[in-house]
Amino acid sequence: MGMAKIKSAPKVLAISSGGGHWIQLMRIRPAFAASDVVYATVADAYAADVEGCSFVTVPNGNIWSVWGLLRSALGVAWLMLKLRPDVVVTTGAAPGYFAVVFGRLIGARTLWLDSMANAEGLSMSGRRAQRFADLCLTQWRHLSGDGGPDFRGAVF
Amino acid sequence: MIFVTVGSDTPFDRLIKTIDRWAFQYGRRDVFAQIGRHAWKPQFISFSEMLAPAEFECHVRAAHVVVGHAGMGTILTALQHMRPVLVMPRRGGLSETRNDHQLDTAKRLSGIDGIDVAIDEEILFQKLCGIDEATEVCAISNHAEERLTTCIREFIHKEKNA
Repeated sequence: MGMAKIKSAPKVLAISSGGGHWIQLMRIRPAFAASDVVYATVADAYAADVEGCSFVTVPNGNIWSVWGLLRSALGVAWLMLKLRPDVVVTTGAAPGYFAVVFGRLIGARTLWLDSMANAEGLSMSGRRAQRFADLCLTQWRHLSGDGGPDFRGAVF
Repeated sequence: MIFVTVGSDTPFDRLIKTIDRWAFQYGRRDVFAQIGRHAWKPQFISFSEMLAPAEFECHVRAAHVVVGHAGMGTILTALQHMRPVLVMPRRGGLSETRNDHQLDTAKRLSGIDGIDVAIDEEILFQKLCGIDEATEVCAISNHAEERLTTCIREFIHKEKNA
């Protein structure tokens, strides 16, 4: 109605845990061109990989520790409320799962890219995230289709 | 140099013990390993529990070959730096990880230029004996396949109600 809204760059939260998940997130960086991206992972040392970009850390968590998971969930929830991203993109694992769940709650569009490490089925966090993610991608063609994840290529 | 890594998650003593035994038997002093926190400590090779990402990269660059668990971080970092990589998958049944996903991944990726897989300690030991013949591999791109990054970029810029 009336005034045309000036379209601004979408605010993107690109989030993952460390190690291979982060390395895979770094490999999809060209996807964040022309967006206002904030990178989030679990250790300060990774900041050097995204010098000049917004970077935050959240507590890591994994299935072995309930307290770890809870801390991670709270950290991610707080980040989501503060940041209010338009889009969440994650390569897993636990922090990414929480970002997809809370992202959905605040109305962000959410994308789960399952790690290439899962060649015979979605990861456990991926299977759970699938219900909440607007787009769920696998990096293995043979895992795609039939209500499962989509395949749109791999990180290498 | 041979750089050995178990990744950022948990120790992988079966890998480190095999390499330590090999280094002792063949008098190798050119091995450096990242072994993980609270791991079994090797006697015949130098090691560090954890490495910061920048240090990790330095070790990969200084090595002529990388030996590690079959994690994507290890494999991708090695190939990005044109280093051949020999991996032994962690096994779920031995509680080295939650399930056998590393075995699946290793099977799918073996045969790709620069990736060699040792399914168990015995084969790892054998392959270590031929490791000096490993040569530099073609670097992989620093980025994912373009169709993947394009798909994600389009998802990001999709109109909210489209």
